[in-house]
Amino acid sequence: MMHKTAWLIPVLPLLGSAFHGLLGRKAGKAAVTVVALGTVLASFALSLLAFFAAKAAPGHRLDLVYGDWMAVGALKVPFGLVFDPLSSVMALVVSGIGALIHLYSVGYMWEEEGYARYFCYLNLFVFFMLTLVLGSSLPLLFVGWEGVGLCSYLLIGYYIETDYAPAAGLKAFLFNRVGDLGMTMGMMALFGAFGTLTVSEILAKAGHLHPETTFGLLTFATLMMFLGATGKSAQIPLYLWLPDAMAGPTPVSALIHAATMVTSGIYLICRLAPVFVLTPTTLTVVAWTGAATALFAATMGLFQRDIKKVLAYSTVSQLGYMFLGLGAAGFAAGFLHVFTHAWFKALLFLGAGSVIHGLHHQQDLFRMGGLKAKMPVTFWTMVIATLCIMGFPGTSGFFSKDEILYLAFLKSPALWAVGLAGAACTAFYMWRLMGLAFWGEARDHHAYDHAHESPWTMTLPLALLAVGALAAGLLGIPKIWGGTFAIEHWLEPAVTFGQVHAGEHAEHGSHALAWGLMGVSTTVALLSGFLGWSIYRKGTASEEAFAERNPLLYKVLANKYYVDEGVEAFILAPTRWIANLAWKLFDVILIDGVGVNLPGAVTRIAGDFTARTQTGRVRNYALGMAFGTVLLLWLFLK
Amino acid sequence: MITPWMNSHLLTFLVFAPFVCGAILLLFPQRQAALAKLLAVMGATAVLAVAAIKLFRLPAGENGVLYLERAYWFTAVGVPVEYHLALDGLNFWLVILTVFLVPLTMLGTWNSLSNRAGTAFALFLMLETGMLGALVAQDLLLFYLFWEAMLLPMYFLIGVWGGSERKYAATKFMLFTLAGSLLWLVALLYTAGAAGSFSPEVMAQAATRMPVKVQNLLFVAFALAFAIKVPLFPLHTWLPDAHTEAPTAGSVILAGVLLKLGSYGFLRFAIPIFPGAAAHYAGHLAALSTVAIVYGALVAMMQTDIKKLVAYSSVSHMGFVMLGIASMTVVGTQGAMLQMLNHGVSTGALFLLVGMIYDRAHTRRIADFGGVALRMPVFTTFFLIVTLSSIGLPLTNGFAGEFLILNGTWLSGFGWGRTAACFATLGVLLSAAYMLWMFKRVFWGPENPDPESGTHHLNEDLTPREIAVMLPLVALIFWMGIHPQTFLGHSEKQVARALQQAQAPEGRPAAFDSEVK
Repeated sequence: MMHKTAWLIPVLPLLGSAFHGLLGRKAGKAAVTVVALGTVLASFALSLLAFFAAKAAPGHRLDLVYGDWMAVGALKVPFGLVFDPLSSVMALVVSGIGALIHLYSVGYMWEEEGYARYFCYLNLFVFFMLTLVLGSSLPLLFVGWEGVGLCSYLLIGYYIETDYAPAAGLKAFLFNRVGDLGMTMGMMALFGAFGTLTVSEILAKAGHLHPETTFGLLTFATLMMFLGATGKSAQIPLYLWLPDAMAGPTPVSALIHAATMVTSGIYLICRLAPVFVLTPTTLTVVAWTGAATALFAATMGLFQRDIKKVLAYSTVSQLGYMFLGLGAAGFAAGFLHVFTHAWFKALLFLGAGSVIHGLHHQQDLFRMGGLKAKMPVTFWTMVIATLCIMGFPGTSGFFSKDEILYLAFLKSPALWAVGLAGAACTAFYMWRLMGLAFWGEARDHHAYDHAHESPWTMTLPLALLAVGALAAGLLGIPKIWGGTFAIEHWLEPAVTFGQVHAGEHAEHGSHALAWGLMGVSTTVALLSGFLGWSIYRKGTASEEAFAERNPLLYKVLANKYYVDEGVEAFILAPTRWIANLAWKLFDVILIDGVGVNLPGAVTRIAGDFTARTQTGRVRNYALGMAFGTVLLLWLFLK
Repeated sequence: MITPWMNSHLLTFLVFAPFVCGAILLLFPQRQAALAKLLAVMGATAVLAVAAIKLFRLPAGENGVLYLERAYWFTAVGVPVEYHLALDGLNFWLVILTVFLVPLTMLGTWNSLSNRAGTAFALFLMLETGMLGALVAQDLLLFYLFWEAMLLPMYFLIGVWGGSERKYAATKFMLFTLAGSLLWLVALLYTAGAAGSFSPEVMAQAATRMPVKVQNLLFVAFALAFAIKVPLFPLHTWLPDAHTEAPTAGSVILAGVLLKLGSYGFLRFAIPIFPGAAAHYAGHLAALSTVAIVYGALVAMMQTDIKKLVAYSSVSHMGFVMLGIASMTVVGTQGAMLQMLNHGVSTGALFLLVGMIYDRAHTRRIADFGGVALRMPVFTTFFLIVTLSSIGLPLTNGFAGEFLILNGTWLSGFGWGRTAACFATLGVLLSAAYMLWMFKRVFWGPENPDPESGTHHLNEDLTPREIAVMLPLVALIFWMGIHPQTFLGHSEKQVARALQQAQAPEGRPAAFDSEVK
């Protein structure tokens, strides 16, 4: 039954996108709104149906095939959709949160001239994201993977008439392409190892690998896949594009650069979890990269003045936690954090967007202040999101982050310590943001006087997301809290298997350990959050004083450790230099100069020279003949 | 009356109809240029129509041959030469591409040639004859004749209608190609003399009786001529000059079809006649291809002229084609077949688009533009789609070809196929870098502040004629990306058979991926 309708789940937004692109300007904003919202909502409804159909299906999965995309020799890639516990939840998140953000965008973008262009890209994004999630094979997943990158590029560069937005879009695309190379190489290696690129076949074969199979090749494959994940999910070393990506409209930051696209790296690894489990080296790399990113990005978020930049670094940092969870073989925990983070981070971004909208495009935290009373809905929903992200007991972020930290501790206490330090920073910068924006005095009176709460199209999504942010944790209530850690059971058919069972706490650690770790991290987060709030609700004075006392530290943090400058100096500039050298030295001088034009010139000069003997004077020819005769005579008679 | 003759001489008709049409047009006085152009387009469209109506209905015969014309022609140096034309899986889509691109290009550059446009269009038709002849010729001497016949019209198109450096570019084009083909002619005659035939099958049998060293030498002579045409690094430097100086239509046909004759030559003649030598040199070819991919992309990145950038991107993309061929796997070779078509469509479209902006702004320097998107939204959309196809975004044609080539290379058996495949992926990254960087500088950002800049001459978005030219290309880009099987189905069996015959020296099958279970 689902076979007839399931393909519409990704295709409907695609049709919507085509409508906006081809007819949007003529049809008017109302028609665009209806089509944009309608297609995504329809996708959500169909995803819901598919979700239950998959739940009822044998093995909790539906495999739907719609013909071949490529079939060459051994390489067969069908157009196939898979609904299993992992992908059907993800499809719900994408279409559900996607629909809310489409609604929010209606209010946020209404004044824009490029309204139709915006929704053309946004609907296209939903199409590609759903393809990524539902695709049955890695190449199809890659279609979505590169496609969401394209939409991200187009939406970051949405304000095309500016200098910075196109540059940020280009940067995002290129950093993602570096990751995509990894993914391409990973696919080649997996195809070489398994002879197929269909995910279910790879997983089936991975379970029956012969010992003599080269695990080195698999390690290469998973490492390369992880490289791909660092690109899309903004991890060290490819995180640099995400903060710049904030140049796009704020709803885009919420949907693409917080809730959905940036989590596709985690999704990819969850999809291939059985292969990753076979390569412990890769898992360790994943864990340490995640932990390092979690802390590193959190420190960069400490002193950002742009409200969206704070949230951007926060996203990079939170994605780090997800990878930390995966690296500790806690695939369910990592995915739970994807799920909870999608709600509260989308909420934070939309809240920030509401503030920016209310202040008429003011993004500087130092120019805000005292908005608590003026924007009550925005304020209260953001408080909820902040409590979630800092891990306040009982909120969704608390359950997911604590599970990750616990597993990290089991893998290595050092990982846990790094994660804990990151959590302390998180609570601090979030309450700094809240204090600067909503408490204290208004620092820009002109903006403050004109500030207003946003229209219902924007506040309704805030409220719904806030409910979701609080409720999302229900899936992950751990056993020691009397829960069942439901997410793991739910995902079991898709990602859990064999030797590693992340959820079997009792066998690995004790209840006392779990309670202890939980207590430590909660205390740290609460103290640090309180510190941030109490400093910054009074204004910016103490940060300015701190900057004066520690100029070096402050500058290094505020300038993001100068990594961008380093990349420019040590990677981009040398590449351009080599490219120029290749062109000038090789093409112009060696091949064309020495290889082509030099022989040409020699021939011409030789020709000119010999031509000069043709003087047309008989006496010269006579002299030549005489010399020639003498020479020949001498040669013959010698 | 004409229909029965055409049915029995379909390929002859397709090959020579453009020539006849062009020859008649040459007689037109210059004053009648508009009429001559109209007749040229009508002639080329008629050829396209005949091809579209007749060729798709042909049933596949023995060995995948769809259509055959074969007759004794004359005897040269004691060896019989045959008039042997055939249409099969290897050349089917290339023929279609050729008859499709020629009228489209004429329409796309309708107003681009200011003087003696009628003559130029006539030359185009003659060029079409050369290309189609070379594509369907099975007899090697016949192939050689068509191959050389392509040179002259292109030489004149570049040398007469080209840019400021046209003479240098035209001479370079001529000398490079001639240098390769003379050596090849010697090898060709030698092999034909030994075989007593110009038929590739007979020549292949004769080649197996030769000493390995001789086989290798002959293969190198063949490969050199074809590699220059492709062009393969380091024999590529004629291409950027030829492309930049050629009029738009010349660049489109050069990129769209002429270059393919090189890679097609490998698939049709060099590898089947000397399979052992081909397997022996596969690694070397792959190395040069990989260098071409990365090198072409790096140099493209530094170009300041949009057209030259596209020209260097051709070096990189054709490197992918050669890598797929060198992989000697079914997956890789099929990818190369697809990539040949892809490159014809995408790069052809890019050259057309560059021509459209040049016709308006009379400059192609990237720095002369900026903010074009604000003035020409329709043009920008087309350019973006073609750019995405050129950088191999999935669901456009570029991806399917490159993906197959890379996977085929990974499976290839010349020892370092995996390394080559990994290095070649760099080309995918760099293609995004040079194309999108250029795109950003030309189309996005604030409008170029200089009132004399190219941007300020862009007062008109695409005309209906130009849109009509671009639409079929865009449709093809998506069709080939979403359903590549349409274009792969014809050739798979033939490619597989050709590769199975190719035995590597140590006896392992050269079709390496047949080992994959």
